[in-house]
Amino acid sequence: MNLAALLTSTFRDTLSTSMPLVRPEACLAVSIVLILLLRTLPLLKKLDSGLVALGGVCFALWYAWSDVRALPGSPWALVNVSAARVELFTGLLVYDSLTAYVRLLLMGFLVLYILFTKVSGIPDHEDGADFYTLMLGATLGMCLMASANHLLMIFMAVEMASVPSYVMAGLLKGRRTSSEAALKYAVFGAGAAGVMLYGVSLLAGVLGTCHLPSMALRLADLSASGGLETCGIILALGGLMMSVGLAFKLSAVPFHFWCPDVFEGAAAEVGAFLSVASKAAAIALLVRVAFGLGVGVDMGDAVAVLDSSNSTAMFQGVAPLHSQKVPDVVVDSQRLVALEDVRHFIVSLIGLLAAVTCTFGNLAAYGQTNIKRLLAYSTIAHAGYLMMPVAAGLAMAGINPQGSQAAIAAVAFYLGTYVFMNLGAFAIVAVLRNQLRSEEIASYAGLVRTSPGIVVAMAVVLVSLIGLPPLAGFVSKFLIFASLYQAISSGAERPMMILLLVLGGVNTVVSLFYYLRVVKVMTADPPPEQGRHAEIPMVSLSGAMITGIVFPVVFLGVFWSGLYVLAMLAGGMAS
Amino acid sequence: MNQPALLPFSLLVFLPACVALVIALPIIPRQREDLVRWIALTTTAIVFMLSVWLALPGGVTAGGVGFMLGEPDMQSVIKLPWIQSFGIEYLLGVDGISMPLVVLTTFLSMLSAAASWPITKHVKAYFVLFLLLETGMLGVFMSLDFFLFYVFWEVMLLPMYFLIGIWGGPRREYAAIKFFLYTLVGSVLMLLAILMLYFTSDLKLLSDEQLVAVHAVSPFMDAATIRSLPGPQHTFNLLALAAIGQLPESPFAAAQILGLSLETWAFLLLLIGFAIKVPIVPFHTWLPDAHVEAPTPISMILAGVLLKLGGYGILRICYPICPGAGLSLAWLVCGIGVLSMLYGAFAALAQKDFKRMVAYSSVSHMGYVMLGLGVWSAVAGQEYRWEYWAQGVNGAMFQMIAHGISSAGMFFMVGVLYDRVHHRNLEEFGGIFNRMPVYSGLAVAIFFAGLGLPGMCGFIGEVLVTLSSWNYSRLFASLSAFTVILTAGYILWAIQRVYLGAEYKGPHGEDLVPITRRELAIATPLVALAILFGIYPQGLFNYISPTVNKQCQTLAAWTRDVNDAVRLNGGIIEPQSATQQKTSPILDSAVLQP
Repeated sequence: MNLAALLTSTFRDTLSTSMPLVRPEACLAVSIVLILLLRTLPLLKKLDSGLVALGGVCFALWYAWSDVRALPGSPWALVNVSAARVELFTGLLVYDSLTAYVRLLLMGFLVLYILFTKVSGIPDHEDGADFYTLMLGATLGMCLMASANHLLMIFMAVEMASVPSYVMAGLLKGRRTSSEAALKYAVFGAGAAGVMLYGVSLLAGVLGTCHLPSMALRLADLSASGGLETCGIILALGGLMMSVGLAFKLSAVPFHFWCPDVFEGAAAEVGAFLSVASKAAAIALLVRVAFGLGVGVDMGDAVAVLDSSNSTAMFQGVAPLHSQKVPDVVVDSQRLVALEDVRHFIVSLIGLLAAVTCTFGNLAAYGQTNIKRLLAYSTIAHAGYLMMPVAAGLAMAGINPQGSQAAIAAVAFYLGTYVFMNLGAFAIVAVLRNQLRSEEIASYAGLVRTSPGIVVAMAVVLVSLIGLPPLAGFVSKFLIFASLYQAISSGAERPMMILLLVLGGVNTVVSLFYYLRVVKVMTADPPPEQGRHAEIPMVSLSGAMITGIVFPVVFLGVFWSGLYVLAMLAGGMAS
Repeated sequence: MNQPALLPFSLLVFLPACVALVIALPIIPRQREDLVRWIALTTTAIVFMLSVWLALPGGVTAGGVGFMLGEPDMQSVIKLPWIQSFGIEYLLGVDGISMPLVVLTTFLSMLSAAASWPITKHVKAYFVLFLLLETGMLGVFMSLDFFLFYVFWEVMLLPMYFLIGIWGGPRREYAAIKFFLYTLVGSVLMLLAILMLYFTSDLKLLSDEQLVAVHAVSPFMDAATIRSLPGPQHTFNLLALAAIGQLPESPFAAAQILGLSLETWAFLLLLIGFAIKVPIVPFHTWLPDAHVEAPTPISMILAGVLLKLGGYGILRICYPICPGAGLSLAWLVCGIGVLSMLYGAFAALAQKDFKRMVAYSSVSHMGYVMLGLGVWSAVAGQEYRWEYWAQGVNGAMFQMIAHGISSAGMFFMVGVLYDRVHHRNLEEFGGIFNRMPVYSGLAVAIFFAGLGLPGMCGFIGEVLVTLSSWNYSRLFASLSAFTVILTAGYILWAIQRVYLGAEYKGPHGEDLVPITRRELAIATPLVALAILFGIYPQGLFNYISPTVNKQCQTLAAWTRDVNDAVRLNGGIIEPQSATQQKTSPILDSAVLQP
């Protein structure tokens, strides 16, 4: 194949297959460039970069929604139904229902988030351009995390999401705690990235490919031929090291240490971004890796794509090395059977991490006096809850495909409600900070007398985080417990699933204490003698914003059919 | 779809919540406290009258909404789809078990709203939470969908937490979090049981007639459609779950988890969840704290309605859905019932705090409910006399209503005194009769009702339960009869220490003003009802008995079938009844007799 043909085929693949499915990312990239360009022009310098970002994100949201609408099985489908699974850019990315869902979630979150930052006043006009550029850049990385299909892409996406976050953590330049937070975050992140890269190279070295579906095939081959006994240790080590990087992004114990410090030091606005967007992307990536390696995909059409672009990929040096010897077709069911050991390893790993993370997060949150630290530990605990159905879904992969789909749907639903719960909590913290100049829980004493609306909103959010009906958090928890129970009843990894179910229940009870303590301080404690009082009427810009964010927490707790249909669509990637 | 019951029953449940939202909006200025009080009282009064209208037997028109006496099955069923992916429905209905409890709830809510006049702190917030609480309570009694039931069950938690935690006594925060914690543990266990039952259930196991009878079909989904769907059709429908649980080849009995049948697990988890609410020793320790710290009207609600939720749950959910486990664990339910009866009575004897004494009397009285529900005397002997069991369950139901009236009354009476003298120390009272004669007369009447004096409401339930337990276990019957003496002991002693005596020597003696008209208006209906139900219990049994009798009859027949199957198979025990065989001494004796 000569160079011209090569270029033509690459060009065709990129333009006709890949580009139409990364329109939301393209919108983000365009907005970044726009914001940067605007700064260089003196006339346009006055223009608010937040509005530019908002515009770009709205376009991205529209494209993300039209992608979700076109998914197969979607009740909103118009005419064009997209394929269930498409590999983009010669297998570096993958587009499927999970990609579409997470992108929609991220874009929807960004719209709310930008509005929230405009109301809360951080960043100011001076910092705005930096902040929004970084934020959009990080989100771009998160979108890539949700669609990564290749070890190199995973690494790059994680870095792309992390590096801007380090800078965002240091946004409050004058404050030492903020700089400290940024430095800690960066050092910790660099360490985790290094370990992860090492793990990636171990895996790639043993399996001879970085392309996730091909890795699954190689693993199946190895397992079928007994090769796992010889190189199993190295693979396990590689897997463990790679999980370090993922655990860092998820703030899973024992790689959570950055989380409370960063949340405490950085502005509440940054905390909101990290605790929602970053978490959503990380959990999507976890699903990608876990299902990519533990289940794999039917390589029928994927192979075709690879074959057509084979030489291109070789030329670019990121080729799936194995692609010549795919043809010894491993049938779907055989592959699933062969990957049983791999799945067991991954399920045990995720399950263990989930159990420890959830329990530790809840116990550590108990002693916190700073609301942002408390929310950080709450985020850690919720990362634990979020990992539970991933383990359950993977455990059911070979046994109960519907259960597997429901488990991933539970994750997707949880993320959907989590957006409103955590953004709501951080928004309230930010609004209160603007008036109280404090983020200590004690400074919220007696708040109910001056701003009853805010207290009600905070109570709704926190009770939803505990998981009590009729709020959205309850439905999420119900779905998680349901998927764990489904795994138990279909006999998949029973001991681990029983452990997770029991721990989930115990943790729900434990978490009651610290969430409720905040509400108790706000309502029952007498207001401080001196010091500031916060008076935030609900009929104001901040009040309206908080109502807008918190209302869905109630709404989705009662009318959750719609979101669940969306979540089931996302879960379709697992069945 | 023509559902005449939809509007009145939905209004009954959600009117309080809607009014709560309106009060919460900043329309009414915070200073107009009396306006808020009147709005809340009017709302509860409207809800009460609505419930009475719905419960009156006269109101029946063909296919209409009124209550049909003598009809044992669910009536006025409302069915709307809610979450289709899980088959969750907005499914409400009433029968002879729930209707009296619904009316009790609305009645006590109205009286408590009137009793809330002395509340002066954050009046608006108080009534918002109060009305939300009422919606939760009514919803629990009427929902027939397990998911909906659970949602309403939890909706009650948070208002109750705040009502105790903000408007309570000195140790309110401790009491409130303890209440919340205990109940949440119970709820989590219940959620696990719900998941177990849901994922094991399958509507396809039921016959077409059964599907219609349990309201599983709707115009959109007839029996044939249900059968044509792929895979098992899980359901949250409580009636359908009960029908599945009573099938001869019940999937709940067949499935095994960690060596026990799923039925047993579900029964135990639900039982603990409900027993915490009842509360039953050893899960009762939240109750005295919560009662002592809660303000008077909330104590009335707590004792009068919230405790009944546990008994209702056991009757509506535990037994019909898990009959096998209910049969083999009858000794457990009865045993803890008798234990709390005795423990509560002895503890009440030892109390120095008036309110704490009344709280422990609740523990003791609710023990009768457990004993009555648990008596599975149908199998005492070979005759399967469902009447014996029905007697106990009827007694338990009656006891729930009677206790709702008498305990709410007792707490109110204590509250009236506390509002005046600001202490509850039994040792420092005495001579109240001289200072407040009308009040004391009413109070003594209510305390006698609690004591179980013949001619008052407390007597009927206790005597029925004791009688029926004789057939099950003579020991339990004797102990429950003995408890009556203890009850008389602590109540008479309390009356002696508080109301009798020469003169009041305790603190704030000058504040002992005669009973006000508002207080009189609350106390009189309670005393009147206590006497009415004592001399004319049939009025209540007309509602309760048909449903209870049918349930007991069905379950007794089920028991006979199971036992016959065991006997016919001779030495070969069917796998599903194997666990029952092992764990049930009663069943053993029944099998061994020729």
